[in-house]
Amino acid sequence: MTVRVENLKIAYRTLAGDVCPVDDVSFSVGDDEIMGLAGESGCGKSTLGTSLIRLETRMAVLGGKVELDGVELPIDDDRAMRRYRMKEISLVPQYAMSALNPTRKIRRLAADLLRCHGVGYGEIADELRRRLDLVGLDAGVLDRYPFELSGGMRQRVTLVLSTLLNPSLLIADEVTSALDVSTQRAVGELMMEFRDRRFVKSMIAITHDLSILAQIADSILVMYAGRLAEKAGSDTIVNSPLHPYTQLLLASLPAVGVRHDDTTLVGIPGRPPPLSNPPAGCRFADRCPFAYARCKEQPPFTEVRPGHQVACWKVAEEVQAA
Amino acid sequence: MSDSLIDAPAGSGAEQSAVAASLTPIGAGAAGLASPHVVRRGGEFVHYAVRNPKLLFGLALEALFVLGAIIGPIISPHNATDLFRSYLHPSAQHWLGTNNIGNDLFAQLVYGLRDSYLVGALGALCASAIGMALGFIAGYRGGWLDEVLQMVTNIMVMIPSLVLLIVIGAYLTTRGVLFEGVFIGLTTWPWVARAVRAQTFTLRSRDFVDLARLSGKRPAAIVVRDIAPNMASYLFLVVVLLFGSSMLLAASYDFLGLGPTNGISLGTMMNQAMLWSALQLHTWWWFVAPGVVLTGMVVALLIANVGLDEVFNPKLRSQ
Amino acid sequence: MRRYFSRKLLTYVLTFFVGATVDWGIPHLMPGNPVQLYLSNFDLQPAGYASLYKTMSQAYGTNLPLWDQYLHFWDGLLHANLGVSIYDFPSEVTTLIWHALPYTLALLVPAITLSYMLGNRLGALAARRKLLDNTVLPVGYLFQATPYPWLALALPFLLGYVWHVFPISGAYSNTLLPALSLTFFWSLLDHWFLPFLTVFLVSLGGWAIGMRNLVIYELENDSSRYLRALGGTERLVRKYAYRNASLPQLSGLALALGVVIGGNIVAEIAFQYPGLGFLIYNAIEREDYFLLQGIFIFIIVGVLVANFVIDIIYLIVDPRTRLSMQGATA
Repeated sequence: MTVRVENLKIAYRTLAGDVCPVDDVSFSVGDDEIMGLAGESGCGKSTLGTSLIRLETRMAVLGGKVELDGVELPIDDDRAMRRYRMKEISLVPQYAMSALNPTRKIRRLAADLLRCHGVGYGEIADELRRRLDLVGLDAGVLDRYPFELSGGMRQRVTLVLSTLLNPSLLIADEVTSALDVSTQRAVGELMMEFRDRRFVKSMIAITHDLSILAQIADSILVMYAGRLAEKAGSDTIVNSPLHPYTQLLLASLPAVGVRHDDTTLVGIPGRPPPLSNPPAGCRFADRCPFAYARCKEQPPFTEVRPGHQVACWKVAEEVQAA
Repeated sequence: MSDSLIDAPAGSGAEQSAVAASLTPIGAGAAGLASPHVVRRGGEFVHYAVRNPKLLFGLALEALFVLGAIIGPIISPHNATDLFRSYLHPSAQHWLGTNNIGNDLFAQLVYGLRDSYLVGALGALCASAIGMALGFIAGYRGGWLDEVLQMVTNIMVMIPSLVLLIVIGAYLTTRGVLFEGVFIGLTTWPWVARAVRAQTFTLRSRDFVDLARLSGKRPAAIVVRDIAPNMASYLFLVVVLLFGSSMLLAASYDFLGLGPTNGISLGTMMNQAMLWSALQLHTWWWFVAPGVVLTGMVVALLIANVGLDEVFNPKLRSQ
Repeated sequence: MRRYFSRKLLTYVLTFFVGATVDWGIPHLMPGNPVQLYLSNFDLQPAGYASLYKTMSQAYGTNLPLWDQYLHFWDGLLHANLGVSIYDFPSEVTTLIWHALPYTLALLVPAITLSYMLGNRLGALAARRKLLDNTVLPVGYLFQATPYPWLALALPFLLGYVWHVFPISGAYSNTLLPALSLTFFWSLLDHWFLPFLTVFLVSLGGWAIGMRNLVIYELENDSSRYLRALGGTERLVRKYAYRNASLPQLSGLALALGVVIGGNIVAEIAFQYPGLGFLIYNAIEREDYFLLQGIFIFIIVGVLVANFVIDIIYLIVDPRTRLSMQGATA
C-alpha cells in the first residue's frame, strides 16, 4: 500500500463553529494506482486531497491518521511535513496557472525549490529537460518568465516541477477543469504516462468530472457532503455503480447519441446539506429515492463486494440478500 | 510623507488591488485598501463592524474630535477673536493660555477644528467627485479616453502641489476656505481617478457587466447600478483616506501661510506659534495642542479605515 | 520596451510643458503684473512710479505683448536662463538655486532612500511577526498621520530648546566659515540632523505600512501557497514575497515625490535650513517673483529626472515591463 488514510476528520474553524469538509474518511491507494476522487463542488474532495500535503490555515485535524509507505505522516505539523513534501508527496494545485512566481524565471524557481530539499540544480538538470520534452515543452521554457507562457504551458511546467523528485504520491487537484476536451485528454494521458514511467508511484486525481476519471483512473472514490459514498474500480463505478448518489450522478451525464429533444436531462433534485450543520444519519437521505427508516443512522463505509465499498444501508441489505 | 498624493498604477486584476492597497493619498505605501469586495448583504457587515476593535476605536476617537468641533465653540468661555493679556500660560480662565496678541488659544483650537474639518471635507468631496467621475469613464470606456486620462493624471501627479500653491498664492492674495478646499480637490483627484479606474477595469470584464450590456442597458446605468455598488466599500475607504489626506495637506499649506487669509485653523495656529517664537519662549502648548489634535484626527481615520477594510474583506480578519 | 519609454518620454515632455506654462501663466494672467506688484510696496510719487515702471518693464520685458513674453520665456528656459532675481539683483536665479540645491539634496536624498529602505524592511518584518506587527503598525500610522509642521515644531523644541541636543536653525553654526575642516563638517551634520529627521520619520511610517500590507497579500497568494505545498522553506517564500511586493512600492516612490518635496519645504522653512524651500520662503517674503518662478521650474525638472531614474530602476527590476507584450502602464 502506498497511502492509507484512516478515519480522517478535518475541520475548518469558523466563527459559528467547526465545519468538517472531511468527516471520518478512510481509504487506501496502492502502488501504481491512480485513484479518482470525485464529487460535487463543496463535498470536501479538494480539502481531503490538499490536506494530505499541507493543511491550510484555519484547518485542524480532529482525528484519524495518514500513512505513506508505512510511515505516519504528521499532517497537522507544518514544519515536520516539509521533508515529505515534493519528495514523498506532491501536489499539482487547482491554481496551477498562477502557481508560478511571476517575477522569477522558471529555472531559477526550480533551482531555489530544489535547494530547499538539498538537491542541486545541476544534478537534476538533465532529467528536468527530459521531462519537459516529454510533456511537449521546449527546454527554452526554463529561461522564460511564467507570464510569457500560455496557461496550458504553465500547467505542464507545474506538472513537471511537482513530480521532479519522483514522489510516492501525487495529488492532482482539478488539473483538467480549466481545459478544453481535447487538451483534457492529452493531459490525462500525460498523467498516466507519468505513472507508467514510475515518476510517481500513485496518484489521487481530484475532479468533479467523472468522464476524465473513466479515462485515467484505476479506481474511483465518490465523496458526498464530507463523507465517502462509494469506492470501486473505475469500470465498476462507471458501468455498475451501487450507491444511489453515484447512479444518479452518472444518469445525469449527457450520453452520446441521445437526443435531448426526446428526453430531458435530469439532474438530482435538491442540494447537498450544509456542512456547518449536517444532518444526522446518511447525508444523502433527503435527496435519495431509496431512502427509508434506517437511513436516519449513518451507514458504514463497508466492502459489499470484493474491492467495492459503499456507504448505503439499502445496498448492503440487497447485496446480503443476493 | 503625511500629505502625499499617491495613486494606483494599472496592472492586472488582483495586482491592482494589492497595489491600490499600498498606495493611498496619505503617504506612498500607506494603509488601507485591499481587493474589491463582492457585494454582501448589509447585515453581515454590521455584525462584523460592531465587533471590530480598530473600527470602533477609530470611530470613537474621531467622534471625540467631531464633538469637540461642534460643542467646543459653545462651551468655550471665550471667542477666538477676543483680546486678553498676551502670552498667558494655561490657567483656569484660559485653558490653553493666550497667543501673542491675546487671543484665547482654546477658543482658537475649537474654531480651528471646524475649519480643518471643513477644508478636509471639501477637499475630499471635490477630489472624490472629479476622480470618480473620470475614473469610471476611463475605466469603463477605455480606448483613447483612457489614454488621455492616464496622460493627464501622470502629468498632474508630477507637479508638486505645494509648490504650485506657493506660486498661485503669491499672486492670489485673498483666499478663503473654499479656495483651499477646491485646490486640494483639484490636485488630489488624480489619485482617486487612478484607483477607481483600476477597479472599474477589473469589474468591467466580469460576467454580470456583460449581461447588463447585452440586455441593452446604457453605459451610465451600468456604471451606476452594476459596477459602483460592487466597489462601494472600496469607494468608501477611498473617501475616508482622502479626508485624512486633505486635512494633512491643509495643515502644511496653512503652516506656510498659504491657507485661508482669514480665519483660524490648526495649521495656522502652528504657523503663528512658529512666527511668534513659541519655541524660544517655551510656550509649547500653543503648537502642541493643534499638532496633537490634528494627528489624532487623522490617526483615528486611518485606524477606522483599517478596521473597515477588515470588515469588508474577510481575508484580512484575524481570527 | 520602446513603447514604455516613448510613452514615459511623452509624459515628461508634456509635464514640463504644462508646468512651465502654468508657471509662466499664473503671474501673467492674474490681474496686475509682477512689476506692478513689486512697485506697489513702495510709496512712490506718480512721476517716479511711472518712470520706474517703464524702466523695469523694459528690463523684465513685461511691456511686451503676452505672446511675445511667452516666447521669450521659452527662449530663456531652453537656454537654462531663469532670469534675474528682483531682490537679489543682479544675481541670476540659476546661481541662487545652485547655491541652495546641495542643502535640499542633502535632506531629500537620504530621507527618501533611508525611509524607503528601512520602511520596507520593517514592513516586511511586521508582516510575519505578530509581535512586531502590533508595534510597527500603530507607530507607523502615528507617523503617517503626523502633519509635517507638527514634527517640524516638536522636534526642535524638544531636542533643541529643551534638551539642547541639536541646534535649531541654519545649515551650520554662524560662528564658522565654510572650510574643509572637521569642525565645519561636524557643524553641518549637527544642523542637518533635525530637518532630516522630520522628513524621514513621516515617510517611514507610510512605507512600513504599505510594505506590510503588500507582503501580507503576497504571502497568501497562489505562488506562495504552491511553494509551501512543495516544501519550500518559509524563508524562500518570504524572499519571493518581498521581491514581488517591492514592485508596487517602487512605483509608489515615484508618485510620492511631490509630497516629500512639500514636506521638505516645510522642514526647511521651520528650521531655516538654506535649501530650495527656504529660498522659496524668502522669495515670497521679498516678493521676488522671478526667483519663485525659477524655483518652480527647477523643481519640476528635478521631479521629472527623479521619475526617470525610478522608471529605469523599475524596468530593471520588473521583468514584466521589460518583456511585456503590451506596453506597461505603470
